[in-house]
Amino acid sequence: MYPAKFEYVRASSVAEAIGLLGQHEDAKLIAGGHSLIPMMKLRLAQPATVIDIGGIAELKGIAKNGNTVRIGSLTRHVEIASSKVLHQHCPLLAEAAAEIGDAQVRNRGTIGGNIAHADPGSDLPAALCALGATIHLRGPAGERAVAATDFFVDLLTTDLGAGEVVVAVEVEALSEKSGSCYLKFENPASGYAVVGAAAWVALDGKRLAHGGLAWNGVTATPLSGAAVIKALTGNEFTDAAIEAACAAVEPTDPLGDVYASGEYRAHLTQVYGRRALQAARDRAKP
Amino acid sequence: MARILGTSIKRREDPALITGRGKYTDDLKLQGMLHAVIVRSPHAHATIKKIDTAAAKAAPGVVAVYTAADVAKAGTPGMIPVGWLLPNLKIPPHPMLASEKVRYVGDGVAVVVAEDRYQARDAADLVLVDYEPLTAATDPKKAVDGTAAQIHAEAENNIAFDWEIGDAAAVTAAFASAAKTIELDLRNNRLIPHAIEPRAVLADFNSAKGDITIWMTTQNPHVHRLLMCMASIGLPEHKVRVIAPEVGGGFGSKIHHYPDETITAFCSMQLDRPVEWAATRTETNLTDAHGRDHVTKAELALDANGKITGLRVNTYAAMGSYLSTFAPAVPTYLYGTLLSGQYTIPAIHCRVIGAFTNTSPVDAYRGAGRPEATFVVERLLHLAGEATGLGQAEIRRRNFIPADAFPFQTQVALAYDSGNYAPALDRALEMVGYDQLRRDQEIRRKGKGKQIGIGFSSFIEACGLAPSAVVGSLGAQAGQWESAEVRVNPTGSVSVYTGSSSHGQGHETTFSQIVAEKLDLDVSQVDVIHGDTGSVQFGMGTYGSRSAAVGGSAIWKSVDKIIEKAKKIAAHLLEAAAEDIEFGGGKFTVKGAPDRGVAWGDVVLQAYLAHNYPADLEPGLTATTFYDPANFTYPFGTHICVVEVDPETGTTKLLRYIAVDDVGNVINPMIVDGQVHGGLAQGIGQALWEGAVYDDGGQLLTGSLMDYALPKIHNHIPFELDRTVTPCPHNPLGVKGVGEAGAIASPPAVVNAVMDALQPWGIRHIDMPLAAEKVWRAIAASGRV
Amino acid sequence: MGQKIKLEVNGKTVEREVEARLLLVHLLREELGLTGTNVGCETSLCGACTVLIDGEAVKSCTQLAVQAHGRKVTTIEGLANGTELHPLQQGFWEKHGLQCGYCTPGMILSAAYLLSHNPKPTDQEIREGLKGNLCRCTGYHNIVEAVRWAADQMSS
Repeated sequence: MYPAKFEYVRASSVAEAIGLLGQHEDAKLIAGGHSLIPMMKLRLAQPATVIDIGGIAELKGIAKNGNTVRIGSLTRHVEIASSKVLHQHCPLLAEAAAEIGDAQVRNRGTIGGNIAHADPGSDLPAALCALGATIHLRGPAGERAVAATDFFVDLLTTDLGAGEVVVAVEVEALSEKSGSCYLKFENPASGYAVVGAAAWVALDGKRLAHGGLAWNGVTATPLSGAAVIKALTGNEFTDAAIEAACAAVEPTDPLGDVYASGEYRAHLTQVYGRRALQAARDRAKP
Repeated sequence: MARILGTSIKRREDPALITGRGKYTDDLKLQGMLHAVIVRSPHAHATIKKIDTAAAKAAPGVVAVYTAADVAKAGTPGMIPVGWLLPNLKIPPHPMLASEKVRYVGDGVAVVVAEDRYQARDAADLVLVDYEPLTAATDPKKAVDGTAAQIHAEAENNIAFDWEIGDAAAVTAAFASAAKTIELDLRNNRLIPHAIEPRAVLADFNSAKGDITIWMTTQNPHVHRLLMCMASIGLPEHKVRVIAPEVGGGFGSKIHHYPDETITAFCSMQLDRPVEWAATRTETNLTDAHGRDHVTKAELALDANGKITGLRVNTYAAMGSYLSTFAPAVPTYLYGTLLSGQYTIPAIHCRVIGAFTNTSPVDAYRGAGRPEATFVVERLLHLAGEATGLGQAEIRRRNFIPADAFPFQTQVALAYDSGNYAPALDRALEMVGYDQLRRDQEIRRKGKGKQIGIGFSSFIEACGLAPSAVVGSLGAQAGQWESAEVRVNPTGSVSVYTGSSSHGQGHETTFSQIVAEKLDLDVSQVDVIHGDTGSVQFGMGTYGSRSAAVGGSAIWKSVDKIIEKAKKIAAHLLEAAAEDIEFGGGKFTVKGAPDRGVAWGDVVLQAYLAHNYPADLEPGLTATTFYDPANFTYPFGTHICVVEVDPETGTTKLLRYIAVDDVGNVINPMIVDGQVHGGLAQGIGQALWEGAVYDDGGQLLTGSLMDYALPKIHNHIPFELDRTVTPCPHNPLGVKGVGEAGAIASPPAVVNAVMDALQPWGIRHIDMPLAAEKVWRAIAASGRV
Repeated sequence: MGQKIKLEVNGKTVEREVEARLLLVHLLREELGLTGTNVGCETSLCGACTVLIDGEAVKSCTQLAVQAHGRKVTTIEGLANGTELHPLQQGFWEKHGLQCGYCTPGMILSAAYLLSHNPKPTDQEIREGLKGNLCRCTGYHNIVEAVRWAADQMSS
């Protein structure tokens, strides 16, 4: 309940944050603090320095530029869940953000902090992977873009390099005719996803034209549903077809804990994948 | 004045609590106060080879670090006693700080005292303890099977006791001639109480006076003082004052006498300064006494008509690492004696083996023994309803103790004083719309989708703990009466001092309703004082649904004494005989001459002036009662739960919950309903979500709220309540108690509902909590997917 | 080593020098004596420590005091308008929405935040809105009633 001592510095710009990361060994960035502070209270994290980037204005906000929507890394879950731009152009992300924790957590937690922490039970990563999002990172060597599917490397591990800061997440605006769904099996204790399935689809008549699917909670990093989408694309998008495609998903090394075994998670992967795709289809306009 | 007894007046406690002005233990601050952090064993079972406190002592802000060696050096007894004995009970010593061996994860080995809590926490990391780990025993059945690690030298094979009740031969005969028998193996899951306020204590020793004041999270301050003085801190009772400030829930967990409060008092005595200890959630979950944790085999014998002829129960009950305060009573006298339920069962036998395990101690938690008994009985009844084809309502109705059979002597010691069981069942059936529900269920069963299940629980509890001579004969080391002192102030207002220490139950409201009703006063003229050994002479505290039935009766009797004395004063003032004086409407009048009267205020004032006063009467107007109940009370009722189960995922959704309770007369219906709601939330939580899990090495895997699923608001539903009223015949209020009813009744109602939903798959039983995966696996294993 | 912070708590400006690691809840409780804000867990799940920061519900156990620099904090002590109870405080009293009272301040502030952006919530929205606050006493039944009562009062 009582964090260990650390040195605290505020950064007022990304450049300053990168500089501070370079100067301080064993430093952690803090924004909303909802991934880091719980770990510090339990002393599972004891960083020597905490760099507060919470005040960096350039990292905040949601904006549509052409066909993409850019979400600054300091954008809070509550802002994503209630964003008109996202509800219009990428409702999947808003729906997933609305499922995170509870109102208080969503009021403080940020998308950047969330993905940098890379908790497998977190709700956003699957949606980002399903959407083919791009993560923008800036570090001592400048800015680079990483596909969400490459960003999540392992349990609580990302592609973020030393001195790098997540600056933004970019998703492609979806057609307003598309449909999407984030469906979550919530751990009754933690509120994290035991399994969360994120799906979006665009129809061509009764056929699946494009889509995306990914799961969180199942494996150390978001599980890709690309094979399911590939199998279904171009075909009639019936319940039977969806069921058959999802039944073929066999997660490798599914996570298991005191609440749900890997075997059960693998089963839920199929069920929730199917249900999310069906719901996304039913929300789509032909 | 209108009657106030039986009305839902708003709670008098609330204005402070809704404005943040309620003071809980951790809110208190004293000049020069220090903070303690207890260093705890990370091992479930280990010998302590060495404790090095040098680095911790040198850390910033640290004032002292103590271990068991320091306790011994100080000559402090430092022991934690047990308060209930059984025949041949093995009582291993329980030191407040472990010296040679640790026996569960969380066992205290050292305490660090520092100027602030952050510094104390920092220094705790610097205490180096060299452990030699031993294998651990965590399962109550395996712990006594002869192969497990030996936890205490004093308890061979880890057996704390081997207890039985009932007539084994009669049961054997019943089974030999049974038309049908039902067998069930079950596990009653271990629960962590989770009062939202973690335990805390502030101890302030004053060497100049040789006394100590201890503010702590307690349900029974006098009992804590008694136990602390008997064996722990080496001070006599008159030098120790224990105060319960606001207490943020207890559910049993704040009855028990733990090491931590004692350690903190020890620190204060050593340092002659106030010392505070406030548990973190992790600590409180590791060290609060847990509840339940039974492994049971139960068998029921029935005749050809579906009448129960015999019941046999064999239980292994976890005691945990040490015997907690009332632990031996819980799986014995609060469990075996309840196995007759609402039914005429001519032969019952129950054997319970209490097992030491390398886990947190187990003791009373909301319901304490009675939920475990109810679970056994009502699960068996459910299976009997299916096996006989009689259905769930009829199997119960057929076996109910008839309304004209009271008082009813069961085969397991208890004599039920009153009861009328069928009306509660009828009302519950009506409320749930039973026939239509069964039709809906039939329709669902034709499809492969989500299934509906309906579960019953017709339960009984023994509350109003308890007749002292009875519990004394059963091993209690204390009486279980309750005290009340009623002081009428010279201007007519009333101060009530009760030994019932409230921690959320609303005693200040309920008790003042009793007094206001009897004295015809506005409730604002009555104050209720509790939770302080310095102002209340003695009290047994709040647990076992006893406060209204025992504490309230004590108040009632004291008010009777007040009226009796006041009548003598009034008689003197009115120049009449005391036996001719009547009291009502706020005044004393002469029988047959209602215009000859004197007001309450005038009589009270005269009691203190004593200017115009009976010669043979002492001045003043106070009365004290130590009320010892004649019997337990026996609340009962029928609950019906309706669930929807998704066979594809195994998830259970609550659809309806109907609770028809008979708690006797009701003092404040709003508060009584609130107690039922809270009990239901916990009982349903036990059935669906909650469970403390230790791994084989004795690590608590569900030590935080990240893993222990405390019921959340969005997982619960509105509850539908009603009552029947069968007053308790042996206390003046006719009340029976309600605090535990919901937690006792609901687990089998929920499990029976889920099993009813799973009937098409032929699934008989799944152990609680009914986590989705377990249900899914049971369906998969049924071979009927 | 201390960090200088300046914030507004219940309408009053507070300036302090604090350790960086000091949690906001401890600033409120230990330094400012506002003990209505309680601590019930250490994993940011129980919600007993909920306060409003710039009008939004936040778990003050999961904020460093330094993060509240420049912000406006409202605790349960600052919710009533003088001696006039906030409708939610009144609602919890009217509807018996509390028993031991320990979770109540956080519960009320979460409800205040809910009603600030959803003045007429359905019962299900109340339950979803308060899922970050645990109560062990009431079974939540009367908490829903209390919030609904307050919503009705505030909208009439």
